[in-house]
Amino acid sequence: MSVDAHIRVTRGSFSLDVELQVADGEMLAVLGPNGSGKTTLLRTLSGLLAIDHGCISIDGKIVDNPATDTFVPPEERAVGVVFQDYLLFEHLSALDNVAFGLRERGAARSAARERARALLTEVGVDVHQAARPSELSGGQAQRVALARALAIQPTLLLLDEPLAALDVQTRVDTRRHLRAVLARFAGTRILVTHDPIDAFTLADRLLIVEQGRLVQQGRTDEVLNNPRTAYVAELAGVNLYRGRADGGEIHVGSEVIVAADAHAGEVIAIVPPHAVVLHRVRPEGSARNVWPGTIAGIERAGSRVRVRVAGTMSIIAEVTPAAIGALGLIEGSQVWAAVKATEVEVHPA
Amino acid sequence: MVCFVLIAAACGSSTKSSGSSPPTTPTTTSKLSGALNVFAAASLTEAFKDEKTALASSASGLSLTYNFAGSQALVTQIKSGAPADVFASADQKNMKKLVDAGLVETPKTFARNTLEIAVAPGNPKHITGLADLEKSGVILVLEDASVPAGNYARQAFTKAGLPAPKPASNELDVKATLVKLTSGEADAVIVYVTDVNAAGSKVEGVDIPDSQNVIATYPIAAIKASKNLTAAEAFVDEIVSGSGQQALQARGFLPPS
Amino acid sequence: MVVVGAVLAALFFVVPLVGLVWRAPWSSSWKVLSSAEARAALRLSLETSVAATALAVVFGVPLAWMQARVSYPGRSIVRAVTLLPMVLPPVVGGVALLLALGRNGLVGQYLDRVGVHLPFHVAGAVVAETFVSMPFLVLTVEAAFRSADQRFEDAARTLGATRFSVFRRVTLPMIRPSLIAGAVLCWARALGEFGATITFAGNSQGKTQTLPLFVYVTLEGANSDAAIVLSLVLVVVSLVVLVSVYRWLGTS
Repeated sequence: MSVDAHIRVTRGSFSLDVELQVADGEMLAVLGPNGSGKTTLLRTLSGLLAIDHGCISIDGKIVDNPATDTFVPPEERAVGVVFQDYLLFEHLSALDNVAFGLRERGAARSAARERARALLTEVGVDVHQAARPSELSGGQAQRVALARALAIQPTLLLLDEPLAALDVQTRVDTRRHLRAVLARFAGTRILVTHDPIDAFTLADRLLIVEQGRLVQQGRTDEVLNNPRTAYVAELAGVNLYRGRADGGEIHVGSEVIVAADAHAGEVIAIVPPHAVVLHRVRPEGSARNVWPGTIAGIERAGSRVRVRVAGTMSIIAEVTPAAIGALGLIEGSQVWAAVKATEVEVHPA
Repeated sequence: MVCFVLIAAACGSSTKSSGSSPPTTPTTTSKLSGALNVFAAASLTEAFKDEKTALASSASGLSLTYNFAGSQALVTQIKSGAPADVFASADQKNMKKLVDAGLVETPKTFARNTLEIAVAPGNPKHITGLADLEKSGVILVLEDASVPAGNYARQAFTKAGLPAPKPASNELDVKATLVKLTSGEADAVIVYVTDVNAAGSKVEGVDIPDSQNVIATYPIAAIKASKNLTAAEAFVDEIVSGSGQQALQARGFLPPS
Repeated sequence: MVVVGAVLAALFFVVPLVGLVWRAPWSSSWKVLSSAEARAALRLSLETSVAATALAVVFGVPLAWMQARVSYPGRSIVRAVTLLPMVLPPVVGGVALLLALGRNGLVGQYLDRVGVHLPFHVAGAVVAETFVSMPFLVLTVEAAFRSADQRFEDAARTLGATRFSVFRRVTLPMIRPSLIAGAVLCWARALGEFGATITFAGNSQGKTQTLPLFVYVTLEGANSDAAIVLSLVLVVVSLVVLVSVYRWLGTS
């Protein structure tokens, strides 16, 4: 067991009380709304915050146990952290940022820089090694931050909302890249995020945290198929399908989803509810994906309406109240759900 | 030197005890009214304050304010336009600066003074004269050469045939010099006889023989630009030949001649 | 309205300087400047002000850090006391130093026994200057520590840096501009110090007669023109240093 933690800590009016176990080499995503205690959790694991009660052990070694007055400070834990705002040192170049941890652990300057250069090459930003953090784009900074954390060869790698600071397009590219780099990392990885796509595409297992408490955990599809709270249900409202890709087609059970790009192997296909168009009759348009179904439920969600369509392809559509009225949709109505191939997000599973 | 001072003091005190009313003429006193700003050398502090008390009853219309500092500092202030009505200097040299600048009426000598060495009570360093002040282990503080007393002191060393002194510090007036002694930072200082008197039991004096001592001549003059020239001139007369003389001699100053 | 105020403020500073230039006796200036006493005073001023700044940094930075980061009872009192020299008249500061470190002072009496003499010695001038100028450094640096983003320090710790290493390699570089600005302010204040120096250290050429003291004495002596020339030297030296440092800060 790489990480075995029972964490109880109170900060002001907020209290966190979770138990988590992560196996060697496993990738866990901690998912939860803002303010749920995810960052606090990371801080206790990294040693930046001491717990009030409980016990944390990493790689078999107890690093925090208030009962026995044991506390290993962050600088002595082999825990690497990629922070939400990256926190690259402004007065050092990208290269020296990555070399920082190595130098702190006793490496000579040239040796540290050698290794740092290699890491920067691995993450693909070695051309920017001499740049100051302020000169880097968001995506580049994220990669440097990752290299910096990996440089110290941690047994546990923590990532705090690693993609949150990026714009949408960069996020998609960086997520792919992050996935590749993380896959090569042999140690245990814990990713904290509020973005379910991150969790689904990067992690093996999910841990759902709400208001400082663990509410659900398990494999991604297990959790999504059996939501225990409104939050998880909301997450489940993202149309997520696991299937096998074969070129541009993804086979999900007996159905096929047509995607715009070609893929192969196990994939996760995600269809955002707002991209689903509902028709009363079978549409003839450019949408490559058209499925028949029956309305199983209609719920207001703010100024939108979420419509659950059941059928061989179950899907959730997000429409305006006006549309409901215009189409005269009620539970039991027969509809056709249409999704453009370009709206299907495909992630290797 | 000691005898001379004693006789002068006796003369001063006998004059004081003979009659309580100061020898001022009625006309002088009546002209002494209004506001008067007197700039005077630091060594005149006690004597001039006594004079103010004496004038309080006989010249009740007079509002007298003093500015005591090293004569050289006062000259700078007056030349820069400070609103002084009267200037009393501790040496001719500084008064001459104002005379040359055409800022004062004809100065008159109103007192003389001599130097004395001052040491801590009990004379712990066993100072007997100027020569002892140059021994290593004695921390000597003098006034700066630009201050009358500093200039006089250095003249005394020359008169005594001794090398020029190397004081640990050069203060800006006699009172500041004395403070260095009374606070314990200096072992010995050279100030005026009148300053040693004024310090009372806080210091002990060591005489400088006449042959080595220097006579300081104090001139006083009314400032031409004074807004109260009548009173300024009356004050000068009062100091030179009136109640001022008693006040000065009571404090140990020598008469002008 | 704002512009008028700003112009008046600028004039307030510029006019006295113009006055100095206007009245400067340029013909006799070389003789004055090359006199041994003037050179001694200038060299002494530069040496003591730099030494005072160095002392202020060595002692002031840890103090500033403690005031900014450590919460302890009486912290606000300590802050008030350490900033006191900024509001005290310098002469009062000099008197306080005498009472503490003079020959018969609270601590001074023991210093004397171990051969440390401050009044009438260069060290005394340095102490006087440090006393009045250190608060400027502490104030600036404390504010910088306070506003520094401690998350960077967290990041450094996760990378394996000990607390001291974090201070040295992350915190200090982060506050570098403030540290430099504080040191320059401190140096400028030390260079111009008069009241505390003359009261505590005394006035002796080559040992404690710094340039401000020399200017004051010269003003009243035989050669008042020399005072003006030397004042200008002080102004020029200070201007050159201040402008250079602020330009360098601007580019870095």
